[in-house]
Amino acid sequence: MSVDTATVTRVARLARIKVSADEAERMTHELNSILGFVEQLNEVDVAGVEPMTSAVNTTMRWRQDAVTDGGDAGRVTLNAPLSDDNFFMVPKVVE
Amino acid sequence: MSLVTDLTALTLAEARAGLKAGDFTAVELTEAYVAAVEAARGLNAYIVETPEKARAMAKASDERIARGEARPLEGIPLGIKDLFATEGVHTQACSHVLDGFKPPYESTVTANLWADGAVMLGKLNMDEFAMGSSNETSYYGPVTNPWRRQGSNASLVPGGSSGGSAAAVAARICLGATATDTGGSIRQPAAFTGTVGIKPTYGRCSRWGIVAFASSLDQAGPIARDVRDAAILLKSMASVDPKDTTSVDLPVPDYEAAVGRSVKGLTIGIPREYRLDGMPAEVDALWQTGIEILKDAGATIVDISLPHTKYALPAYYIVAPAEASSNLARYDGVRYGLREKGDDIVDLYEKSRAAGFGDEVKRRILIGTYVLSAGYYDAYYLRAQKVRTLIKRDFETAYASGVDAVLTPATPSAAFAIGEKAGADPVEMYLNDVFTVTVNMAGLPGLAVPAGLSAEGLPLGLQLIGRPFDEETLFTLGGAIEQAAGRFSADKWW
Amino acid sequence: MTIAPRLPDPKKLIKGATGDWEVVIGLEVHAQVTSQSKLFSGASAAYGGAPNSHVSLVDAAMPGMLPVINEECIAQAVRTGLGLRAAINPYSVFDRKNYFYPDLPQGYQISQYKQPIVGEGIVTVDLADGSAIEVGIERLHLEQDAGKSIHDQHPTMSFVDLNRSGVALMEIVSKPDLRSSEEAKAYLAKLRTILRYLGTCDGNMEEGSLRADINVSVRRPGDPLGTRCEIKNVNSMRFAGQAIEYEARRQIAILEDGGVIDQETRLYDPGKGETRSMRSKEEAHDYRYFPDPDLLPLVLDPAWIEGLKAHLPELPDEKKARFIRDYGVTPYDAMVLTLERASADYFEQVAKGRDGKAAANFMINELFGRLNKDGKAIEDSPVSADQLGAIVDLIRDGTISGKIAKDLFEIVYTEGGDPRDLVESRGLKQVTDTGAIEAAVDAVIAANPDKVAQALAKPTLAGWFVGQVMKATGGKANPQAVNDLVKAKLGIE
Repeated sequence: MSVDTATVTRVARLARIKVSADEAERMTHELNSILGFVEQLNEVDVAGVEPMTSAVNTTMRWRQDAVTDGGDAGRVTLNAPLSDDNFFMVPKVVE
Repeated sequence: MSLVTDLTALTLAEARAGLKAGDFTAVELTEAYVAAVEAARGLNAYIVETPEKARAMAKASDERIARGEARPLEGIPLGIKDLFATEGVHTQACSHVLDGFKPPYESTVTANLWADGAVMLGKLNMDEFAMGSSNETSYYGPVTNPWRRQGSNASLVPGGSSGGSAAAVAARICLGATATDTGGSIRQPAAFTGTVGIKPTYGRCSRWGIVAFASSLDQAGPIARDVRDAAILLKSMASVDPKDTTSVDLPVPDYEAAVGRSVKGLTIGIPREYRLDGMPAEVDALWQTGIEILKDAGATIVDISLPHTKYALPAYYIVAPAEASSNLARYDGVRYGLREKGDDIVDLYEKSRAAGFGDEVKRRILIGTYVLSAGYYDAYYLRAQKVRTLIKRDFETAYASGVDAVLTPATPSAAFAIGEKAGADPVEMYLNDVFTVTVNMAGLPGLAVPAGLSAEGLPLGLQLIGRPFDEETLFTLGGAIEQAAGRFSADKWW
Repeated sequence: MTIAPRLPDPKKLIKGATGDWEVVIGLEVHAQVTSQSKLFSGASAAYGGAPNSHVSLVDAAMPGMLPVINEECIAQAVRTGLGLRAAINPYSVFDRKNYFYPDLPQGYQISQYKQPIVGEGIVTVDLADGSAIEVGIERLHLEQDAGKSIHDQHPTMSFVDLNRSGVALMEIVSKPDLRSSEEAKAYLAKLRTILRYLGTCDGNMEEGSLRADINVSVRRPGDPLGTRCEIKNVNSMRFAGQAIEYEARRQIAILEDGGVIDQETRLYDPGKGETRSMRSKEEAHDYRYFPDPDLLPLVLDPAWIEGLKAHLPELPDEKKARFIRDYGVTPYDAMVLTLERASADYFEQVAKGRDGKAAANFMINELFGRLNKDGKAIEDSPVSADQLGAIVDLIRDGTISGKIAKDLFEIVYTEGGDPRDLVESRGLKQVTDTGAIEAAVDAVIAANPDKVAQALAKPTLAGWFVGQVMKATGGKANPQAVNDLVKAKLGIE
């Protein structure tokens, strides 16, 4: 499978990365090189093979239900590019 | 100032002994390193130096030593890869998108190191978000390998993504460094710089507080001067962590005790699939040297087959970008990091992310987004995860047949020049990880140890792959290779 | 677990200009899990709080943060599944649903896509006409709530508060088994009742603990399913009913005009009473679901599930059946009494050792009516079950009349006190002493000779005398005794 520039532009939009027409053109070639490389996976017979869910054989640990965190809004917004009264601020979002 | 030179020449184990014996103080050791770091700025290994922090930590270590309360890494100066969150200190994964980010938290691995008495010298350069094999994708520019080809002044890459870590250890501007490995990012730079690096079993070190690249593959480990130092560092880094449910609740063994153990009775598998077409003869020769060393030391050598080896790299270039595309969605300019002005929220996202991410990161985000998008999931991601199962099964079959560890070359070549592989085809660069990436895909431990020099005088490394959570056997075998092959140091030119 | 398909019910069809239409409704209900802390972080899950104060570094998606699952949220989902008579999946998977939005800090929501924790189940829904329908549950899965964007604080900026971000939600998806807005509302009410009985969701719709996405389509009776529209985020029962009514009629109008329905997401505007298309959501979504690599599959031990099952409270359907069986109340009364667990508990306390029917009548007619008037919940009732029980006893043993009982209830409700003492101190006791009643009857007869004459001609006028005697005795005379005496004295039978 290979991609065209329109697809690259659509995917970039999905990934919220602005790309110029030139960049989209260049990336189309690069992405097709990678997609061409991974094409060889189609040689592998994966019938009846379970996809890997975890690299190690272990079960997920659960935590107790208790409030052990939070309560420090200043810490949460410490690195915010724009905040007011401990809210994060973004350009107005219209529903 | 002969003392300074002398002190930085010591290994971690030697420095530890010197501090214990009172031959020098932690402050003296730290000062020697602070000076060495300054003198080596041309290598661009450190992107942030924290000398004041280092001095304060060293002073506290001296007080502890005086009280007889020295901890395992008391007063040992280390460099920290920029991927690890360090409280109040620049943490950007060498990306512009995290511009100005100073985390109000400390990663579990570095917290473990400080709790054991280590001293922080600064943050080390790396490929942006650990995506790269040459340290050329860093927002802070490439790192120069302390090694040069014989008779050449050309700057070589230290490998990547932990290029700063490997270069700093090889240039003796830290006693050891933290690193991470998603597809070879500890072992390949270790091999390129004549240092020792180990990627432990997935789950051995906590991932909490390490900027995520590909969650199912990322694992922290040390890069060190020699096998013993790597063992000492891993012991402190490893832990089960309630904050990372993929970290495994198994006791951390005394890895150092495994160094120097006899290899007699161990069976070493030599996978035929690692003999690549077009592989340089010297790499093949090095592999043979490793085989001979282990054979002479009493190990049994057997040929094995890991039939799905060739599919590891293509499967990796689906799984890792897919996970990364999702892991890196949080860098949106809202809560921290770079924010570009936008007409609306979407414009803000698109501009911030376009300005914040470098080309390689963008490429991987786009590939990852594409392979997960509607209609392609089964063909790409699901298939790749099935191939992963087969890769892991290959190793399980080998281990079940009595193989204790697998020996392979660490890289298909020695270090190359900065800019040499910056051509149009990204896949050419990806092939650097062809020997290391299988280990991440299967979640196994892998150790890179230098075993000789190339014809051009550059270090070449071997890789040992172990059973899950059997890092000890790797330290034993790595120690045996190191003892026979010797250690390799770059001549100081910087 | 399958339910026989429903045949079109003529009573539930909507009359269009060109014939009858059947509306088909399915609900996706988001119920906030009752827990102390969030699904994947230790921050408080409590409603409200100062901006970003119930937020951990995990909820704010700081670099390198990892989710750790909350055991209680898993247990609550399983309890809910059991309460919905649903299959519990011993193996389920958390996936990432990827999209960008300011109140979604990770850039993905952790949810369950292909392998949810709970599979198919059934809810029995009682309708107002006394009939009941079975509604199929398609699945229940756990997921994270998003934060909140506030748009009215600044002319050009939105403010983002992540307090809700990461709170555990259960998404409960019904099959398209509902056929009217009444049914949908009744289903929602029943679901709420079950969740509240189980203690797995407080069901508080004002605080957003329970919200519904409503799928509505219409078709000619017997036709295959029509194209559906999804009405997002409806947060009251009343609005749910209105939204469905509007949407069904909108679709019918389009179809009867020869148009086609666009499958789309719509929003209900309670002010205008209409649904409108959410144009901003129309950009094609591609959520790129994949298993969250930070979370291993969720594996449940069958013994652990059994343990939860063993400690499940009695559910409304079982309780209702038991009330009918043990207390002899009507099915309708039993349904009303079991809507809330607290009401049912109250009833049982009143009914214990008493006539269940009488207790139910007094509760439903007097107590519920009075509480409703004040907007009070049964938990806040000023009249305790013991006090109410005492009033029922006083009626039963003839100490007070039914009418006086109402007055006594009002006194206890507003002023408090022991009903037995109040009967004494306020002189509310029913007069059963025939001598006193006889005197009162005699007095009334003596004072109204003209009425006596009329009554002899028309015996039904005896009632007038009874009323006068009751008035004269302040309502405390035993009405039956008065009646008997009046008739005897007038000599009518």
